[in-house]
Amino acid sequence: MDQRRADPRGALVRPYAVTRGRTEPRQDIALEAVLTASPTQVAESRFAGHDKHRIATVCEGRAQSLAEIAAYTRMPLGVARVLVADMVAESLLTLHTAAPAEGFEERMELLGRVLSGLRRL
Amino acid sequence: MDFAGYDPAGGRPGRGIVSAKIVVAGGFGVGKTTLVGAISEITPLTTEALMTAAGVGIDDPSKVPGKETTTVAMDFGRITMAQDLILYLFGTPGQTRFWFMWDEIIRGAVGAAVLVDTRRITDAFAPLDYFENRNLPYVVALNKFDGAPQYEAEEVREALAISPQVPLVMTDARQRDSVKQVLVTVVEHAMLRLQSEHGRGFPTPVG
Repeated sequence: MDQRRADPRGALVRPYAVTRGRTEPRQDIALEAVLTASPTQVAESRFAGHDKHRIATVCEGRAQSLAEIAAYTRMPLGVARVLVADMVAESLLTLHTAAPAEGFEERMELLGRVLSGLRRL
Repeated sequence: MDFAGYDPAGGRPGRGIVSAKIVVAGGFGVGKTTLVGAISEITPLTTEALMTAAGVGIDDPSKVPGKETTTVAMDFGRITMAQDLILYLFGTPGQTRFWFMWDEIIRGAVGAAVLVDTRRITDAFAPLDYFENRNLPYVVALNKFDGAPQYEAEEVREALAISPQVPLVMTDARQRDSVKQVLVTVVEHAMLRLQSEHGRGFPTPVG
């Protein structure tokens, strides 16, 4: 949960300047939802500003979660979430599904895959 | 142009990449990051969330003069299981005043492991309370610290009033195989829970 409004005071909220003060993302993106950027998307992101280009670069060649994007770019999670949601809307990033939350069969299949993945480690 | 099927590793297009997460919870300094680091393919990363401090751990926010912003850090790791399947391990912030963050961390999770330090067993009360009141499958993992008093699992279960349905395992958070066993227990428990709830016609639990 992030602060609900941009607070104009104080250095600690300055990171939200890159989102022009917006703290609400266009769509909610789970911490573990993964994103990818194709070479074309990375190239196009150059025109979307430094921060978005950095994010696209992080996701080029390797799927990265929202949490990883925030960590690698050293952006606070809420800031990264706003920018990533914008980039998905602008087709600069491809959002992949986080674990399906509904449907018994799908959930069991996912758990089964995770289980065998762990056992193989 | 549509990149929905784009796969940077050059694999089969069409299906997206699925990610899942397991939560590692417990009190401050109980070894959560050690556990994550023992099995993660990357050195555990830290992501920070900014929050307005007013109201955090304070019963009456109106008594707080002015808002302050504070930073909550979460450590996490990653296990790439297949080209289209990634498991993330998220540690919860240890300080109790940041528990409202836990709600976001557990949302959609496969399950959780609550790590317990037998030297400070009472630190586990609050995390266990939290999970008892959530619909997320969890297991309790006793982290064996060198020189710590050794208890039988059942002694700990009784001391912490852990319900018989909750699996309890011993672990050494530094050892990869031991951590792997904890995570296997979490997923197996989640599958059993899901199966029994499905059988009784309950909706699928998520956080």
